[in-house]
Amino acid sequence: MMVMTVEQAVTWVEKTNALVQSNKEYLTELDQAIGDGDHGLNMSRGFQEAEAKVSSSEYETVGGVFKDTATVLMSKIGGASGPLYGTAFLKMSMFLRDKPSVTQADFAGAVEEALNGMKQRGKAEQGEKTMIDVWHPVADFLKNGQNVNAGKLVEVAEKAMEGTKDTVATKGRAAYLQERSKGHIDPGSTSSFYLFQALADVWKEGE
Amino acid sequence: MANTGIVLISHSPKVAEGTRDIISEAVKNVKVVPAGGTEEGDIGTSAPKIQQAVEEADDGNGVLLLYDIGSAGMNAEMAVELTDTERCHVAEDIPLVEGGYVAAIEAGMGKTAEEIIASLRKSFRLE
Repeated sequence: MMVMTVEQAVTWVEKTNALVQSNKEYLTELDQAIGDGDHGLNMSRGFQEAEAKVSSSEYETVGGVFKDTATVLMSKIGGASGPLYGTAFLKMSMFLRDKPSVTQADFAGAVEEALNGMKQRGKAEQGEKTMIDVWHPVADFLKNGQNVNAGKLVEVAEKAMEGTKDTVATKGRAAYLQERSKGHIDPGSTSSFYLFQALADVWKEGE
Repeated sequence: MANTGIVLISHSPKVAEGTRDIISEAVKNVKVVPAGGTEEGDIGTSAPKIQQAVEEADDGNGVLLLYDIGSAGMNAEMAVELTDTERCHVAEDIPLVEGGYVAAIEAGMGKTAEEIIASLRKSFRLE
């Protein structure tokens, strides 16, 4: 059974930041193809600041780590990812409230809340070539509760991200391109993949 | 009685400020506050920056928010959720420049944010 401690929550943000920084150029390339080309820069700035904040603060709860992460992401990411990732972390913190450590079921509930919050914020559903396409199957996978492990998590998230390549965008900047958005992986689903890959790395260290 | 305030949200600080300048020439009795760009002044939008503009624009009679494209609308909604200012409404799918101009004129007539949205939606044939 997977659990999450305060320390692991902080490590999750740090590992996500490391992945975002080393893939900054790639995220930019993806966004230049079908968006406005600022995703790499925005994510790198946002997670750099989020890591700086959570690494230098003391927390009693996982929810506290997520709340600060949300606040920083909201104010530091300039693009659509700011309100979306901000909402995701805020909803997770609200769901977990003052629990000092979270069980797998708690965490699954938090991710589902995050997904619902993002769907509402972005007025998007699954299959519109957005980050929802990664969050949705990951939330389902966690909720299912069977065989939840690091390897499977990466598998589910990666497959979902790659699936955005063949879809036509109906939300976000890429929607203006209509059919021409096909054949490109969605940048937001890629950064969401990094987030869950980082989570899997956190879990692996605990296994 | 104070009038409804107007917040103009754009990805570009210049667009938000320029739109305010156009409106201010014609409308003098309404607070019009630009909220363009990120906190660093780069291209983008920021919910905390918009929230600050909302609080500045409010004279106690509520605030109407207009935005340009993409994520600006999401950040506008977040700002409305973050602020304690009452009677704040986002004008969805209304063009920033023309809509902002019409909205300021109507605000100057003493209309509420909700009344202005209803009339904007008619003006821009959304209903």
